[in-house]
Amino acid sequence: MADITFDHVTKAFSGTVFALDDLTLHVPDGEFLILVGPSGCGKTTALRIVAGLERPTMGEVRIGDLSMNGVSPRDRDIAMVFQNYALYPHMTVFRNLAFGLKERRTPKDEIKRRVGEVSAMLGLDELLKRRPAQLSGGQRQRVAMGRALVREPKAFLMDEPLSNLDAKLRVQMRAELKRIHQQLGITTIYVTHDQVEAMTLGERVVVMSAGKAQQIGTPQEVYRKPANLFVAGFIGSPSMNLLRGSVSGGRVVAGDLTIPHGDVGTQDVVVGIRPECFTPSTDGRPTVEFQVDVVEPLGEQVVVHGSVAGSNAQSGAEEFEELPMAVEGSRALVTAVFESAREPSPGDRMRLGVMPERIYLFDAHTGDVIESSGGWASS
Amino acid sequence: MTDRPIAATAHEVEHVRKRERRFLFSPWHLVLIPIAIAMLIPLVWMLVTSVQTLNETRQYPPTLVPHSIQWHNYSDVLRLAPFGRWFLNTTIVTVTVVIGNLLFCSLAGYAFARIKFFGREVVFVLVLATLMIPFQVVMIPTFLIVRRLGLIDTLGALIVPNLAGAFGIFLLRQFFRTLPVELEEAARIDGASRIGVLFKIVLPLSGPALATLAVITFLWTWNDFLWPLITIYSPSNYTLQLGLTTFQGAHATITNLLMAANVMSMIPVLLLFFVAQRYFIRGIATTGLKG
Repeated sequence: MADITFDHVTKAFSGTVFALDDLTLHVPDGEFLILVGPSGCGKTTALRIVAGLERPTMGEVRIGDLSMNGVSPRDRDIAMVFQNYALYPHMTVFRNLAFGLKERRTPKDEIKRRVGEVSAMLGLDELLKRRPAQLSGGQRQRVAMGRALVREPKAFLMDEPLSNLDAKLRVQMRAELKRIHQQLGITTIYVTHDQVEAMTLGERVVVMSAGKAQQIGTPQEVYRKPANLFVAGFIGSPSMNLLRGSVSGGRVVAGDLTIPHGDVGTQDVVVGIRPECFTPSTDGRPTVEFQVDVVEPLGEQVVVHGSVAGSNAQSGAEEFEELPMAVEGSRALVTAVFESAREPSPGDRMRLGVMPERIYLFDAHTGDVIESSGGWASS
Repeated sequence: MTDRPIAATAHEVEHVRKRERRFLFSPWHLVLIPIAIAMLIPLVWMLVTSVQTLNETRQYPPTLVPHSIQWHNYSDVLRLAPFGRWFLNTTIVTVTVVIGNLLFCSLAGYAFARIKFFGREVVFVLVLATLMIPFQVVMIPTFLIVRRLGLIDTLGALIVPNLAGAFGIFLLRQFFRTLPVELEEAARIDGASRIGVLFKIVLPLSGPALATLAVITFLWTWNDFLWPLITIYSPSNYTLQLGLTTFQGAHATITNLLMAANVMSMIPVLLLFFVAQRYFIRGIATTGLKG
């Protein structure tokens, strides 16, 4: 077991393209750390540098107190789970699990014992004689996990290990992963583009974009106190509504929404409102005129897509979301989540209340959050 | 578990399709059957001649049906010439060259496929370029090198220059590049060295490519005539292809014995062809691709 340190790690491809731009990060011993971001943000590169499959252009990674620069993957004592599992197709499950131990000249009985333990833990006992081609997707995923576990390494590296599973299995394995981590307490770096995985699994989350860590914090922190527009737009599902606005004379104005607010040192702001922070009850709250377009009932809740007066701001995370629809004229797309008792119909116009203490303000020029804004920042 | 029935159905479909295919007539057969016959005639003629008397072989028009079957032609070949010795020589050379090619072309092909080193692309292009040079051009320089090594008139002269080849390196490199690189990365993280990755992961997954290379190298080496002709003088070091020429003189050719010897020299090639037919055909198909 060991902690892992990224010390000003930069990875450049072909001189000017930075996959990783000056990443500094400390992963304490035993932590479950998530690297999350859209594809191409550098999260996988960061993981591969820890594994020794890529060399940093500048900076170094340390495992424990040892610099890993120039250390080959086999000498790092880490285990990795690949997105496509990378099981050895010509070996049985047993030999897949035992391969790493054999390569390290572990005695035969020891190999047997450890493979036995791990296959019992993951429910692979019945499958030891099969080959990967004879396994289902979920079973392969377990074998891939087992191959990492059996090594008892200093750290686990996981590259989107659940993304090839169907939705139901993914939720199961997610819980299982968490259980295994709680049981073994081995330092884990986990890469995903799925922010639900990031929020549910991580003790700490690193939100990455363009090779940089945009914010490092607990899942609650990145959700409640996003450091900038990118994090605000990326974390949360459905994602935060972002409207262009301005601050002057003790209030924030965005379209026909007006919220009392002190001066913030800049005029142009972006107002961020989580979909859950709209409410159909308007009593005493700032309100906004909302035109309903699409209603998605989800059982307990209902997700309502529509528009308000004003214009949207970009967080930089949009291109990775499914939604962006065309908006006509001077209207902004907005998504709201209500309890399903208040289900509206498409075409409805309604006034929505906004919880003023739960809005976010961002500097429209730098994208950084304005600290004085309320939100849950104060809670 | 749920896809069991589907798999079974797919299997059945395949089965039915196979049965249908066996009875299917295609217009192509009108073209293919005559071509097949044309290809078979020389073989049949060789077989027939190998059991004729010498006089029968000289008749015109040639007879395709022998009056009597002269099996003793075969024993005559074995009695008159050190045929067994030549067979052994050819086998030693061919087997060694095949093993050498599999080993060295794997090593070189893997390096070109996966290891980044300075000048890799340039060296690879140079290796490929040697494929474009006709053998006749490098024949004399190779001869001089082999003579320096003191290998002239030994089996070594036939083995050493052919232990690795640009074709094999190219073929294996192209194949190795199609294997998922994550397998190798996983093995390296699991503790395997580069060479361990090659032997424990890459080669076991390269059966088709290795078989192709083995078959093609086997055929080339077994049937090679020109290079043994230049480097081997002593009849005891002859290969089969050289030995066959001893039945064919400037003044007289003992056709029936020559054909009997030919038939015997072809047996291993035919056996190999039937055993490895699948790989052989696929191999040729693969070499036609640029990849």
